[in-house]
Amino acid sequence: MKVTMRVNGVERSADIEPRVLLVDFLRSNLALTGTHIGCDTTSCGACTVRMDGDPVKSCTVLAVQADGRDIQTVEGLAKGAALAPIQVGFHEEHGLQCGFCTPGMMMVTSALLERNPNPTDDDIRWAISGNICRCTGYMNIVKAVKHAAQMQADVAKAPEHAAVAGGGE
Amino acid sequence: MFAAAFDYQSPSTLEEALGVLAERGDDAKVMAGGQSLIPLLKLRFSQPQLIVDIGRVSGMADIRRDDGHMTIGALARHVDIERSKELAKHVPLMVEAVHWIADPLVRNRGTLVGSVCHADPSGDWGSIMLALNAELVAQSSKGKRVIPVDGFFQGPFTTTLRADEVVTAIRIPVPAGSAGGSYHKLERKVGDFATVAVSVQLELDGRKVKKAGIGLTSVGATNIKAKQAEQALVGQELSDKVIAEAALLAAAAAEPKDDIRGTAAYKKDVVRVFVQRGLKAALARAQEVRA
Repeated sequence: MKVTMRVNGVERSADIEPRVLLVDFLRSNLALTGTHIGCDTTSCGACTVRMDGDPVKSCTVLAVQADGRDIQTVEGLAKGAALAPIQVGFHEEHGLQCGFCTPGMMMVTSALLERNPNPTDDDIRWAISGNICRCTGYMNIVKAVKHAAQMQADVAKAPEHAAVAGGGE
Repeated sequence: MFAAAFDYQSPSTLEEALGVLAERGDDAKVMAGGQSLIPLLKLRFSQPQLIVDIGRVSGMADIRRDDGHMTIGALARHVDIERSKELAKHVPLMVEAVHWIADPLVRNRGTLVGSVCHADPSGDWGSIMLALNAELVAQSSKGKRVIPVDGFFQGPFTTTLRADEVVTAIRIPVPAGSAGGSYHKLERKVGDFATVAVSVQLELDGRKVKKAGIGLTSVGATNIKAKQAEQALVGQELSDKVIAEAALLAAAAAEPKDDIRGTAAYKKDVVRVFVQRGLKAALARAQEVRA
């Protein structure tokens, strides 16, 4: 079957079997290997991408279900060399150790910050409750999200610095 | 992991979907959000020849109030329930309970109707629908029928739904007057299946119980409606004694098994304790509504 979807703003299509999972379509057909396969059983969230804005587990979505939809992966966060606030947050606050869960964590929390620009620790913990970090570095992940939220708030207050501080949306 | 190969159709109208099922229903599986079905396909526990993806059928994602019911369409996702102001007002039990379902990512894709049709005895929605006396609207190319959720579950992953039918919506009676509900769930971590969970819904007439619903999760071959416990409550004022007796009756209705999450005896006792807590919480909420 032919599927076509917008991936990080670019229209991509391929001829695939209906049983191909979205995560395999991204990784194998499009060579976008930033999205990770962790458990492959809908448990860990490492494969999280955003579909029409909502974070979803791409190991539990068929690529054919994503036909005609808008997909955002971790590769779409940075704008050129400028990191997105959530990426800066993870960098500054040491929000990763081995890094395996990081793409999923960032896709979930980028969605959180759009819905809720000023989340409490509790909001963040609930938002990432479907994502497992087996290094157990959750404290710094929460700090990273708060850092990103603060950066976005600063950018909103001083729009002239947006390009430098935010680097994107 | 890859599922075994299957044919795939994604009709854009219900009529089209029903037409496909009329022909190939016995070989087909209907998919909404796919959050239970896709894992089963990947593990090859289920190997249908055809997937009928109803995800693109228009007009089935609504949550609306009509003639004394809340009607929740087959494509309304858990997250839509979480954000529904109408449900928060009329059936707050659902909005409380939805936070216990799977995890936020699964809730962005999975649906209430899909979850009920999946009929996992560890599923949360089944026991909540039993407590709320919900009914399913099922449609085939031959016509429409309404199926009470009580009696719908036949065994693990087995229901009375026919192979040519699609459940288009769930209808929940909106309680009149003071009502309240609660969902208590014991789980090891977010996203895990319940060790035990209990849903309770109460409708009061003055100080007395007019209607009571109690549904049990993960303690039998299906979600269980604790009917004797419900009947013991109707017409009563909820004293500690009445609550304790109903809790014992509900525990007696549970048929749990020993497994890695706990022993059968332990789970029965959790049912007893959760029914007590649930009734007290539901009563307090119903009295708030009245005030």
